[in-house]
Amino acid sequence: MSARAIIDAEGLDVFYGSSQILFALGLSVLEGQTTALLGRNGAGKSTTLKALAGLVPPRRGRVRVMGIEFQGKKPHAIARAGIGFVPEDRQVFPEHTVEDNLLIAQKRGPNGEDYWTLARIYDMFPLLSPLKQRMAGRLSGGEQQMLTIARTLMGNPVGLLLDEPSEGLAPVIVARIGELLRRLRDMGVTVLLAEQNMHFCLGIASHALVIDKGQIVYRDTIAALKENEAVKKRYLAL
Amino acid sequence: MDLPALGNCVTSLSCIITQSTSGLIIGMLLFLVAAGVSLIFGVLKVVNFAHGSFYMLGAYLTLTVYGVTGSFLLAVVAAAIGVGLFGLLFERLIISRVYGSQVLMQLLVCYGVILILDDLVKIIWGAEFRSLGMPDVFLKPPFLFGGGVVPVYYLFLIVLTLIIAVLLGLAITKTRLGKIVRAVAVNPGMVSALGINTGLVYAGVFLLGGMLAGLAGALAAPVRSIVSGMGLSVVVESFIVTVIGGMGSVAGALVGSLLIGLVRSFGTIGFPLFTEGLMFLLMAVVLVLKPSGLFGRET
Repeated sequence: MSARAIIDAEGLDVFYGSSQILFALGLSVLEGQTTALLGRNGAGKSTTLKALAGLVPPRRGRVRVMGIEFQGKKPHAIARAGIGFVPEDRQVFPEHTVEDNLLIAQKRGPNGEDYWTLARIYDMFPLLSPLKQRMAGRLSGGEQQMLTIARTLMGNPVGLLLDEPSEGLAPVIVARIGELLRRLRDMGVTVLLAEQNMHFCLGIASHALVIDKGQIVYRDTIAALKENEAVKKRYLAL
Repeated sequence: MDLPALGNCVTSLSCIITQSTSGLIIGMLLFLVAAGVSLIFGVLKVVNFAHGSFYMLGAYLTLTVYGVTGSFLLAVVAAAIGVGLFGLLFERLIISRVYGSQVLMQLLVCYGVILILDDLVKIIWGAEFRSLGMPDVFLKPPFLFGGGVVPVYYLFLIVLTLIIAVLLGLAITKTRLGKIVRAVAVNPGMVSALGINTGLVYAGVFLLGGMLAGLAGALAAPVRSIVSGMGLSVVVESFIVTVIGGMGSVAGALVGSLLIGLVRSFGTIGFPLFTEGLMFLLMAVVLVLKPSGLFGRET
């Protein structure tokens, strides 16, 4: 059986002011898979995720979420269609408690999914459980990263856009986040994982997209990428 | 300056009680307007200079509904709902078009609306001062506390507004909707990415702000002259309250409003020619000591 695309984008042109960031970018993320979006700093990874989430509206091109056209739609409409976005700079609500951060995001999935409850979140993120009443602004970077992922899960998304979840965190926390992403993958959550660090994605992602200067320049399985020294050298500086 | 008169007043229990009560009703009416101004600024970053006109509309609506039905309760409810809906329309049709514009542009749009409403009010209700008169239910002998005179209506107004202040504070801090509103104030983009329609939140905040201002106008109607332009001083004082109390804080709006009310009522005795100046002085002192306002968060 061929998996259907949860997110399907083609011909995305995205501008910040007058400077173009993405050039006719196309990608698709298949249901149940974790796809890594790899590229150097400034290659356009964050912009790609923000464009898919509706936070940076593309000037041209189309975005489909489970086959339905979503370009030009507001971020909340895309979120309700089942696409959860986890920003790289965490963006917790600093003056809300951990639990309030989670409750604000609570909603059913697009087909009435209600798997994620506070209890299941604390089970999945045991680190957050003792911090329920702590102000989110007072958490460590790693705790904030966990909270951001947990908060988005509270909306029962079908697909997850994760922007550099390992960035700037201690190796022990990075390992925990990697473990978490493997568990999500095993649960069947579809993930598009933007990363600079290919090694972090090995063992999590099945497929890889490489982005450079706002275009997808390589797409294959991550195993194939791992063996392709030319591509790694040219685009990932490995 | 008349310091002996002020001295005489603060050494007499009856004068303290009479002046405090009148300061409290100034403060309570101001709170209802300032809470909306503060919420709208805190959540939408919009300086709603037209909020005083909402208050004026509330007073005129009360005048008409009370005149037709003879029921003050009905008039108050109609003013709150009517002005709330007006606030909603104002947000959807006018102010939502200048979100993200410079403050000057927002001020200009609001000022245009103020001028239009002031003239509309003159066309509909006339240019002369109108007064509602005290509704029959409140025509009872005043309470006497320690020789100070407290009209029944004043006590009703103070208690009702305090209840509203407490409910509003609880709604903002304890309910999920209130938590969403506070989150939108900090990071609307993220809230939107979590699947919440922030446009609805904005409209809801204007609806609530309009209802509170309409209620203020309705409750002011029996004790104030009703006239075109009556909203201007109220909106200026509301901004002073917002600076003193801190943006977006209900408790700050309440404390700031009561401070202004007391400064006004006691200031009239001690500094009859400098009451307005005292308010700005109070604001300046707070700005120096705590720039984010008494209840504002440090940034």
